[in-house]
Amino acid sequence: MEQKTKIKAEEGKQELLITREFNLPVESLYKAYKDKELFAKWMGTNLLDFEFKEYGKYHFETRSPTGDLMFSGKGAFHSLIPNKMIVRTFEMDVFSLPPQLEFLNFKAITGEKSILTMHIIFKSAEIRNELLKKPFTIGFDLAHHRLEAIMNTNK
Amino acid sequence: MKLRRDVFQAIADPTRRTIISLVALQAMTPTALAENFDYSRQTISKHIQILTECELLKQEQNGREIYYHLNSEGMKEIANFIEPFRKMWDDRFDKLENLMKDHQSES
Repeated sequence: MEQKTKIKAEEGKQELLITREFNLPVESLYKAYKDKELFAKWMGTNLLDFEFKEYGKYHFETRSPTGDLMFSGKGAFHSLIPNKMIVRTFEMDVFSLPPQLEFLNFKAITGEKSILTMHIIFKSAEIRNELLKKPFTIGFDLAHHRLEAIMNTNK
Repeated sequence: MKLRRDVFQAIADPTRRTIISLVALQAMTPTALAENFDYSRQTISKHIQILTECELLKQEQNGREIYYHLNSEGMKEIANFIEPFRKMWDDRFDKLENLMKDHQSES
C-alpha cells in the first residue's frame, strides 16, 4: 500500500519535506491548523498559548497521567494566508534543540481533496537528524503512557 | 564494552558518503578506493575503518587482497531511521482527517 505521509530527507541537507494528501477540502484542512480546540485535539496535546495571528505565539505541552512533562514545544506564527500558507517557527525546548523554520503549504486538489506540504529548515543537517531520531526514544514512552491513561479510565 | 559509533555521524561526512556510493557499485580494495580521492591512503583507511565499525561496510578476504562490500543490514538501518518519525506524523494526520470529517458532517 502506498504511504499517505511521505518524508523526504536527503542526506547531508538541513531540511525536510513532509507531504500528505487528505480527503478533505482545503478549507477544512486549514481550519484544523487555525482552530485552537481542533488543533489541540489532533495533535493530542494541551495548548497553553495559541495566538493565531502574525507574530502571535503558541505553546503546547503534553504531560503523563502522573503529571511529568513529556513533550513541550513553542514558537510564533509569522505569515498566514488563509487556505494557502502558514509560516511559523518551532522549538522543542524539552530537547534543547535550536528553533526550526516551518513553511506549511495548503493546496486544493479537488473540492474534496487537498495536499499539505511541510517544508522544515533546521540549523544544521546534524540537528535535523537529531530531531528525526527523537521518536525512536519518545515514541515508546508516549504509547506506553497513553495506554496507561486508557487503562486507568477504564478501571 | 566498546562504544559503537553513531551511523548518522558516519554518513554526515561527504568523503564517507562518496566511499559508500563507490562501494555500492562494486566491492573495492582500499587501494582502489584511495585512487578516487586526493587524500592520503591513511586518511581513506581511517574513513573505511569508521564505516566498518558502524557496520556500513564489511570486509572480505580474496587471496591477498581485502575487498570492502556494502553491509546491507547497516544500510537498512539508515533507510529505516525516518520511519518512526514518519509514522508519528502519519498518525497525527490520520487523526486530523477523521476529526475534520466528523466536524464537517456536524456543521
